[in-house]
Amino acid sequence: MSSPLSREDVAHLASLARISLSDAELDRLGAELPAILDHVAAVQGVVESASADVAPMSHPVPITNVFRADEPSPGLSRDEALAGAPASEEDRFLVPKILGEEA
Amino acid sequence: MTTAAKTPLVPFDEALTRYEPVMGLEVHVELGTNTKMFCGCATEFGAEPNTQVCPVCLGLPGALPVVNAKAVESAIRIGLALNCEIAEWCRFARKNYFYPDQPKNFQTSQYDEPIAFDGYTDVEVDGEVYRIEIERAHMEEDTGKSLHVGGATGRIHGADHSLLDYNRAGIPLIEIVTRTIEVPGGKAPLVARAYVNQLRDLMVALGVSDARMDQGSLRADVNLSLKPVGSSTLGTRSETKNVNSFRSVERAVRYEVGRHAGILDAGQNVVQETRHFHESDGTTSPGREKSDAEDYRYFPEPDLAPVAPSRAWVDELRGTLPEPPSERRKRLQAEWDFSDLDMRDTIGAGALELVATTVAAGAAPQAARKWWLGELARRSNDTGVDLADLPITPEQVAGIQALIDAGRINDKLARDVFDGVLAGEGSPEEVVAVRGLEVVSDDGALGDAVDRAIEANPDVADKIRDGKLQAAGALIGAVMKEMRGQADAGRVRELILEKLS
Repeated sequence: MSSPLSREDVAHLASLARISLSDAELDRLGAELPAILDHVAAVQGVVESASADVAPMSHPVPITNVFRADEPSPGLSRDEALAGAPASEEDRFLVPKILGEEA
Repeated sequence: MTTAAKTPLVPFDEALTRYEPVMGLEVHVELGTNTKMFCGCATEFGAEPNTQVCPVCLGLPGALPVVNAKAVESAIRIGLALNCEIAEWCRFARKNYFYPDQPKNFQTSQYDEPIAFDGYTDVEVDGEVYRIEIERAHMEEDTGKSLHVGGATGRIHGADHSLLDYNRAGIPLIEIVTRTIEVPGGKAPLVARAYVNQLRDLMVALGVSDARMDQGSLRADVNLSLKPVGSSTLGTRSETKNVNSFRSVERAVRYEVGRHAGILDAGQNVVQETRHFHESDGTTSPGREKSDAEDYRYFPEPDLAPVAPSRAWVDELRGTLPEPPSERRKRLQAEWDFSDLDMRDTIGAGALELVATTVAAGAAPQAARKWWLGELARRSNDTGVDLADLPITPEQVAGIQALIDAGRINDKLARDVFDGVLAGEGSPEEVVAVRGLEVVSDDGALGDAVDRAIEANPDVADKIRDGKLQAAGALIGAVMKEMRGQADAGRVRELILEKLS
C-alpha cells in the first residue's frame, strides 16, 4: 500500500474541494486516501496491461458530433428557476458574500 | 500581499532602455448564436434576470448538455480565418472551480484538445507588418453575472452578499490565445491594440459576433512580462483583465511595462497574478493570485461526445471565409486611391472598416476618411469611447455626407448634425429637420439678406463695384451671420457679385 499523504497535501485537496477539516480529520484522511489511490492504481494497471490498440475512452458510447440546431427552446420560467434557490432577491439567486477575490 | 505597488512607475520610454516587453493576448469572443453553447436557451442581450435559463445552464441534477452546431461551425470558421489547423477530433473538458458565477461548479471548456491551433494573423502598425502567432482557439461557455450588494457600488469588497443572474451563463465563447509576442518595445502597445482591433474586424466580417468591447462581447486579457534587454529569460507575468476598449489595450500594456520596470529596478519580484484595469486613470490593481492549471482538475467532459469535423465540412467552411485582412487592406487602398500615409492613419485610428462601410453606403472615400479621422476621432478622444463604439453608424455618416453633397447642409452645419445624431436625436434627416439646420437655398430669402448687407456696408459695396472682388468676404460674412451659418457661402458670393456687377 502507498504511504500516507502528508497533512499539507490533504489540506490542499480539502481547500480545492472547499471543505473544512480538523487536524484529526486531516490525519485520518491522510492515512485513508492512499487506499483509494491504490484502488485507482488497480484500474490503471488494467489500462497498462491492455493491448496498445485499446484507446482510453471518455464517453461510454463511441460516437462523435452529436449536435443540436441553433434554435431556441423554452427553458424555465423565472419563478421555476428561482424555486430551488435557498434565497433570492431582485429576481436573482442570492449567495453568501464571496471572500478574497474580486469579480 | 505585495510590496510591488509601492515601487515607482518608470516612464514607458525609459523602461524600454533597460527591458523588453513580452506579451500574450487572450481574447474571448461571445458568439452571436441564437441559443447557448449546450442548451436551447435564448441569448438576448439585456433580458430580464434569470429568464433565459434551463436545467442545463443552471447545473441542475440530471440535466444533459448538447452541443450547438452553429457554435462549432463558428469556431471552425474563426480558426480558419486565423490560419489555424482544425482538429480532426477533439473533446470538451471540465474546468473545475468554485465560484457562484458558474452554477455547475465547473466551466465546460476545452483543455489540451482545442478545436483550432497553430495559426497566425498579420497586423499592420505604422506601415509595418507584424505576424501574431495564434497558439489556439477553443470553445467554452460564458459565466453568469454577479451583482455585489452592500458594499460600494457593485464592487465585491465590503459586500454583504451577491446576486446572480444566469442569463449569460452558457453563452458560447471562443477563446483565442496568442503565442508570446515580441516586437520592438516601443511598438508593443500599438501592436496589441491593432491585433485586438483586427480580431474585432474579422469577427464582424465572419458574421459570428457583434464583437463589441463596450458590451463585453469581445474581451481582452493582456499578459505581460519584461526581460532585461538582450536576455532570453522570460520574466514573471501579470494578466490584466477588464480591458474594455482598444484604447485600453494600448494603455494597459504601457502601464504594466512601467509598473514591472519599477518593481524590477527595485530588485523585487513581480507577483504572478490577475490584475484589473481601471478605465478612469489607466492603472491596474491586483486581483487574485493565479491558481496553477492543475488546480482546475481538468478532465474530459463525459456528458458530451467528441467533436470530429469532417475534412469535407472544414473545406466547405473554408469557402465561406471573408477576404484575409492583409489582402483587404491592399485592395481597399487601391480602390480608394489612398496614399500610404492616408492608409496608415486610417488603420492606426481603427477606422478601416468604418470607412469601408461608410464608402459602401455611398460616401466618397476621402470624405469618409475626413469625418472618421477628424470630427469623430476628436469626439472619441474626448470621451474615451472607441470610434467603433460611438453611437453613430457608418450609414449615418454617409447620410450626413450625402446631405452635404446635395448642398442641403455645409460642413459647419454637418458638425451640428453629428452632435444631434451622437446625442440620439435620430437619423441625419431627422436631426436636420428638428434642429432646423438646412441651408437656405431659397434665393429670395438669400437675396433679401444680401440686399440688407449691401445697404449696411456701402463702402464695401463700392469697392466691389470698383472690381476689388476680395472685399466680398466681408459681405459674405455679414450674410452668413444673418443666416446663422445656414447658407451656402458659394451661392451667397454669386448673388453679391451679380447684384454689384
